[in-house]
Amino acid sequence: MQNEPQLTWPTSDLSRIPYAVYCDPTIYEEEQDRIFRGPTWNYLALDAELPKKGDFLSTKVGETPVLVCRDNDNSLHAFVNRCMHRGMLLCRERQGNSPNFICPYHQWTYDLKGQLRAVPFPKGVNGEGGLPKDFDRKNIHLHELKIESYKGVIFGTFSNKSEPLLDYLGPEVIYEIDRLFHKPVHILGYQRQRIFGNWKLYNDNVRDPNHGGLLHMFHATFGLYRLSQKGGAKLDARGRHNITWNALGTDDEKTTEEGYEGTKNVYNAKFHLKDMSMLQNRTEHDDDVTLVILSVFPNVVFQQISNSLCTRQIRTDSNNRMELYWTYFGYADDDEDMTRHRLDQANLVGPGGLISMEDGEAVELVQTAVQREQDKHATVEIGGKGKIKTQKSLVTEVPIRGFYSYYCELMGFPVGSDATAK
Amino acid sequence: MIGTDIREAITDLMADFCHFLDDDRLEEWLDFFTEDCMYKVLSRENEASDLPLELLSCRNKNMLRDRILSLREANIYNIHYDKHILGAVRILEEKNGDYRVQANYSLYQTNQDGVSELFSVGTYRDLVVFDGGIPIFREKIAVVDTFGIPRLLSTPI
Repeated sequence: MQNEPQLTWPTSDLSRIPYAVYCDPTIYEEEQDRIFRGPTWNYLALDAELPKKGDFLSTKVGETPVLVCRDNDNSLHAFVNRCMHRGMLLCRERQGNSPNFICPYHQWTYDLKGQLRAVPFPKGVNGEGGLPKDFDRKNIHLHELKIESYKGVIFGTFSNKSEPLLDYLGPEVIYEIDRLFHKPVHILGYQRQRIFGNWKLYNDNVRDPNHGGLLHMFHATFGLYRLSQKGGAKLDARGRHNITWNALGTDDEKTTEEGYEGTKNVYNAKFHLKDMSMLQNRTEHDDDVTLVILSVFPNVVFQQISNSLCTRQIRTDSNNRMELYWTYFGYADDDEDMTRHRLDQANLVGPGGLISMEDGEAVELVQTAVQREQDKHATVEIGGKGKIKTQKSLVTEVPIRGFYSYYCELMGFPVGSDATAK
Repeated sequence: MIGTDIREAITDLMADFCHFLDDDRLEEWLDFFTEDCMYKVLSRENEASDLPLELLSCRNKNMLRDRILSLREANIYNIHYDKHILGAVRILEEKNGDYRVQANYSLYQTNQDGVSELFSVGTYRDLVVFDGGIPIFREKIAVVDTFGIPRLLSTPI
């Protein structure tokens, strides 16, 4: 295409990211096909949101509206939320229960398996009008995604080339999903955040353990997460997913003071909360891990921050807009006190999160600053260059390089010294 | 029948609450709350589905003090002015000298380029108590229609 910004990946280890990749609308269009409808598994919802037959909810895969439902045989389905007739959004509600889906435009009715069941006036009136003789409603079925769920987490894919879900996730991610969903969960509610930046900037953000202890001063100050603590970033074999983790109380004042020396307003040992109950960590696992940010390519983050548990789904709007859809949950056997504790800790994250409110802003400020610098590159060298591998420290951003290695593979972008966009 | 004095005092409190936020007098704004106060920002979506999750919740005045301290000392957020437009104040009920109060609000934010955008629209559902003849909030609950939060929720609503 003419006038397309020059997209170059000058280093084969992905330690340089071209800013055009965040800005170019043609790349965004291609991502919808190659990433979100490509051989990837996209997070759709949690089983706990659809406990009963006929339960349904609206979600998104990239920019595509998707409907997830539980049919009368208790099987889950996911469809593009579009009537096969004239393209109307079939279901307008966010969530509900229904024996079927009836398009509001012309009342075409589909069952919970996506099969067209009824069309009004099929034979017209008095022999005039209506459907043609060769119209067979049995041939009309909603555009269905393949779905697989694991431990109550529902993923969907548009592609028949996708590997099985468990192979896609890999043992490192499966370990974390087993840990987080070790018993049935119940939904506490949702938060939504409009972020004015490219969806990949948010993926970068959650694959960047280094920023957690620097941008988020609340974190550092109260010791929930400091770069000086025991922690790291585990990658799957392909480097596309990431698990940032750390353990509370594993640092001492000396390493902390030394590490944060010269930083501005990040670490302040004299700063204390009046109500510390929110920061209390109630142990729920046999390990000492108190924070897990698990990012699964391309659209979801699973979070444990102390006792605050949620999924964060990335829904794209355009090349420079996205929605972050937060689903908070607890365990089905939580008592009232534990539920209240989780709700209190929900104050730490989300759009109003004491820790994380900065992220929505950070993504937008990068988008603003790089818009006219599309031929330049971001530098990603913290944690080292070269081979993309699991990190044993939090002072790293190597998982970002892992994300782009798989991203470039799917997008068909050549990487390396003389690589340029096709 | 609620007396004019009471009505005026509550209406003034509702207006002052907004103006103190808009004028960035957050530390003084804390004085509008009882020690056992409840300050919450609720998503209308969760409320409608009977889901307990808040967007922001402080279950006592210390938690509210912490929130303000964190804003002042720790958080980095979009630099902006707030402007609340308060709708008519409705006093719904009086019980043992406490008043259930409701009012709609719209809240605009203006950025550093002087561009104003509607940030939030919603309804306050409050409980006002009188302490030594002075009205203050035991409950201040903002139910937001704009639950798709633009950017982030930093300064209180």
